[in-house]
Amino acid sequence: MVTATPNVIYMDNNATTRVAPEVVAAMMPYLTESYGNPSSMHTFGGLVGQSIKDARVKVAALLGAEPGEITFTSCGTESDSTAILSALRTYPERRHIVTTRVEHPAVKNLCENLETVTGHKYRVTRLKVDADGMLDMAEYEAALTEDTAIVSVMWANNETGVIFPVAEMARMAKQRGILFHTDAVQAVGKIAIDLRRMDIDFLSLSGHKLHAPKGVGVLYIKRGTLFVPFMAGGHQEHGRRGGTENVASIVGLGRACELAGEKMVEENSRVKQLRDRLESTLLAIIPKSMLNGHKTERLPNTVNISFEYVEGEAILLHMNRHGICASSGSACTSGSLEPSHVLRAMGVPFTAAHGSIRFSLSIYNTVDEVDVVIAKMPDIIESLRKLSPFWKG
Amino acid sequence: MWEYTDKVQEHFLTPQNVGEIDKPSGTGDVGSLACGDALKLTLKIDENDIITDAKFKTFGCASAIASSSVLTEMVKGLAVDEAAKITNEDIAQALGGLPKEKMHCSVMGREALEAAIADYRGLKLPKAEGEVVCECFGVTDLEIIRAIKESSLRSIEEITNFTKAGGGCGKCEEKLRKILQETVSGKPEIFIPQAFPPKRMTSLQKIKKIEEVLEREIRPGLKKDGGDIELIDVDGDFVIVSLRGACKSCSKSQTTIKEYVEKKLRELVLASLIVEENN
Repeated sequence: MVTATPNVIYMDNNATTRVAPEVVAAMMPYLTESYGNPSSMHTFGGLVGQSIKDARVKVAALLGAEPGEITFTSCGTESDSTAILSALRTYPERRHIVTTRVEHPAVKNLCENLETVTGHKYRVTRLKVDADGMLDMAEYEAALTEDTAIVSVMWANNETGVIFPVAEMARMAKQRGILFHTDAVQAVGKIAIDLRRMDIDFLSLSGHKLHAPKGVGVLYIKRGTLFVPFMAGGHQEHGRRGGTENVASIVGLGRACELAGEKMVEENSRVKQLRDRLESTLLAIIPKSMLNGHKTERLPNTVNISFEYVEGEAILLHMNRHGICASSGSACTSGSLEPSHVLRAMGVPFTAAHGSIRFSLSIYNTVDEVDVVIAKMPDIIESLRKLSPFWKG
Repeated sequence: MWEYTDKVQEHFLTPQNVGEIDKPSGTGDVGSLACGDALKLTLKIDENDIITDAKFKTFGCASAIASSSVLTEMVKGLAVDEAAKITNEDIAQALGGLPKEKMHCSVMGREALEAAIADYRGLKLPKAEGEVVCECFGVTDLEIIRAIKESSLRSIEEITNFTKAGGGCGKCEEKLRKILQETVSGKPEIFIPQAFPPKRMTSLQKIKKIEEVLEREIRPGLKKDGGDIELIDVDGDFVIVSLRGACKSCSKSQTTIKEYVEKKLRELVLASLIVEENN
């Protein structure tokens, strides 16, 4: 059995998060004695069904939604595919999708497949971003046409934490009768969301990004929005998603959403302060380091810094020796031999893109941990720069 | 997760021979920032053609740094002719192996070594003469063909792992497939095993066949130059030979064995044969 490594400084929370102990506790009964099928007629199963209803209320509360607008899925990717494919089936005569160049592969690759696998039956407009990772709203407005079935724009970027103005974008889509989907996997639990006042038709979230387990997600479907299911099957989830419910994880996600609501202030104060301390210190003490992404329009927990003339995988491997967990947008870590599509879309020069490191914090991080990272990073970067033929320091 | 050997970790954490030699005898500068890895190798070579010092500077991942470091260790003390024989596989082996996606790091090491030796000898690199196939990483057809031949690559994925070609936008995939097909079908030995399936050839048959080829194809040529060759032993795929006469003292004897004898035997007997000289 793999056991947790002690002394790990975990700053990779945009990849996945620790399951909160409160969440584990809430789940345990459904992994042990309460094993009934929520669809059963008997009380034994019916009580389990009640726990799903409770979880749905909790998820809805975090999003400012109604419980009936919450559909449980298996992950963020399933939610994304369900929303976009539903829109295309709702408006079969429309053949155009608007998205961005910096989407997560869950949306990016689906859109690519909709072009290529269908023999270019669908047309995709990918909005540009500027050097700060922000969208051009004039370009967005011009991209919306009568042929557009759906807009899919992430709420916050997983690599840089940059937040897009989805409320405004959804309003503009709605005015033109176009459906709007947002992949909010990184935003939910980190920033306040109130869907009641928004024109967002679909929203995806993923449990494991907010201290619930992996393997559970949600698709929010606005009341009144036309919907075609992705997975046909039983009557579960009001017929919107067949398949016996992942009860324990759904209960866990409900508890995690409840906790996220309670900790929202902490996330945007204490966690943000830790992030700011890490960010400003590293940028100040390490020469030729730069922030990737907008200075303020950003998630409170995320910072992406490029250390010029060194390579990200080598940095991560050194950090790993000190038990520090983070991510990189370098070619060697992206699995594609090219640096991250997000940083390239932002026009981050190659000298910097290969040496980008993303730190993503959570409520479990401490100031001591931040200070350890601050203490270790300068030596790591300096030792690698000594090896670099491009470093003339 | 990193699946690096202890040897890779060791060379990454405590790299050997970091730096640049002042007034080097030869410099090899390969890769670029855009590609994500780059290596500058400098060599000091004495009047007897012996590499007395080697230093490197590398921008890249752990395996690129480790490949560079181990390469400098390998070449120090070698004659230039000997160093020129180092292949990327040798570099990878010296590290106890590299993950397959990282083989291009060892190729970069060999390329830098080649460039440094060419620089020392005042030669032009054949690479510059090739035609660029992969525009993302600037990989030429000659480099790809060479990698296919040297490392017996059999798929586009393997080509990408070794040369990076096709690892960017992917537009050159068709070209890569064509080069792969042409290169592989242009090498008759690859299809020889079907004519002489290795499993069905007994040791005795193998020895007889080798003797036959030596007698018919190889000895007449060597004899013309006042040399000769004798078969000493066949052990599995290893063919041990001894050079005689003029060949024995010839400085090109190793080339004769590898480029001529081994090539012929692989072509006409078995593609997996390795010819070695009896010492």
